[in-house]
Amino acid sequence: MSAKVITITSGKGGVGKTTVVANLGVALAMRGQRVVVIDADVGLRNLDVMLGLENRIVYDLVDVIEGRCRLRQALVRDKRLAELFLLPAAQTRDKSAVRPDDMIRICGSLREQHDFILIDSPAGIEMGFRYAIAPADEIIIVTNPEVSAVRDADRVIGLIEAEEKGPVRLIINRIKPDMVRRGEMLDIADVVELLAIDLIGIVPEDKAILISANRGQPLALSSDSSLAGRAFHNIARRLRGEDVPFLTLHEPGIFERLLAFRLRFVRPVGD
Amino acid sequence: MSPVPEKERVSPDTITIKGIRQGLLVTLGEEGWSPGLLALEARLDANPAFFRGGRVALDVGAQELNHSEIEDARALLARHGVDLWAVVSTNPITEAAAQELGLVIDLGLSRPRGPEAATERGGEPVVEGLVVRRTLRSGQSLRHPGHIVVIGDVNPGAEVVAGGDIVVWGRLRGMVHAGALGDEGAVVCALDLAPTQLRIAGYIARSPEERRREPVPEMASVQEGQIVAVPWYGKKMG
Repeated sequence: MSAKVITITSGKGGVGKTTVVANLGVALAMRGQRVVVIDADVGLRNLDVMLGLENRIVYDLVDVIEGRCRLRQALVRDKRLAELFLLPAAQTRDKSAVRPDDMIRICGSLREQHDFILIDSPAGIEMGFRYAIAPADEIIIVTNPEVSAVRDADRVIGLIEAEEKGPVRLIINRIKPDMVRRGEMLDIADVVELLAIDLIGIVPEDKAILISANRGQPLALSSDSSLAGRAFHNIARRLRGEDVPFLTLHEPGIFERLLAFRLRFVRPVGD
Repeated sequence: MSPVPEKERVSPDTITIKGIRQGLLVTLGEEGWSPGLLALEARLDANPAFFRGGRVALDVGAQELNHSEIEDARALLARHGVDLWAVVSTNPITEAAAQELGLVIDLGLSRPRGPEAATERGGEPVVEGLVVRRTLRSGQSLRHPGHIVVIGDVNPGAEVVAGGDIVVWGRLRGMVHAGALGDEGAVVCALDLAPTQLRIAGYIARSPEERRREPVPEMASVQEGQIVAVPWYGKKMG
């Protein structure tokens, strides 16, 4: 079986690309998938920190490209999940060290032995973005329900369409349900109407995400009581072709709380 | 259709301008490089707003050009805020020089086919329209000296600049400039007319801040010195 290569990108920085990659990598690996996450943000690496694997890095992406090690040697196995690997970015180099062909070649040799390759793209629309989308079979755009983030997402989708890459799907991250309800934030329908691409996930704002990132323990690892953690597991299931309904993100009333309580006991465990 | 703007008729053989997917295509006539550049400069000076911020591909025909001649054209365009990105020629020496300067020399499939930008039909000059069947996203821009029809949305951050009318069969939320060569009779129509900014010739308008609940098709035009948008109920054009 050959892996599916999915690039996660956004245009605007700080919308949560790396969080999405870390959590989707974890969620897919927890479902028994063989996953490699590639940090393509050369010079500003973060994915290793978010996964808590910083102290295990020996070689990186640029070492592989420049032939200082074999690809296998650069892959860092996750300390919790045996089927999750990280290909870290070089921290002391910049984007000019990587060309689109390099990414295509590396993903080509990883495809054989894995199910999913997730690429964490740098922000922006420059060279880093170009090489990150080069090997992609599918692209996920991450945006926040903010005008500027959506504008940048639109720009990036236009560039991807011009290169005839895709399909492109959308994750709306950091939704604050109470602000949406008060009309202070774009709602999901507004964003989807403007961008006109398929939605693959909605993730609510959650303080636990920040805490888990700082601890190097992605939220999706914990037995998923948080709404955000569940959102990532739902996206992972959709990536595998399952039809999973979207979360309801408005503040639940007392009746819905009771209902959610019951649902927690009837939800199937794992796959 | 509105008549061809005056400047279009001055010396139709020296220079033609038309919109293509990647920007404007300027075709210089066969009267030589210097007259061609002079004609181009006259065009740029006559309608600065139409050109500024755009990108141009130059079709120079069979003319043989060296580095510095192409650089002259690039500098001239740059002074008017226009980026030269491609030079198309049937002359291999010109092609080689352009390529060494980092310019594109092959417009690919998008190279325009069909008749010239302005053709005569029954004695009446007719402006060619440009029909684009896709959504224009942020950062994408469309320029054409004639009319432009977009079948799709024009998103915020996208821009459409036409010498003639602009029709958007979809939601118009970006920046549009109709009559950009000076035609105050140009109009802008959209199924949902909510542009970031709407310009007709030298006039500028913004959309009202509040959002309408039920968008209706509207047409904007210049009436008594200002831009007015009226709902389209199938009534005749004034």
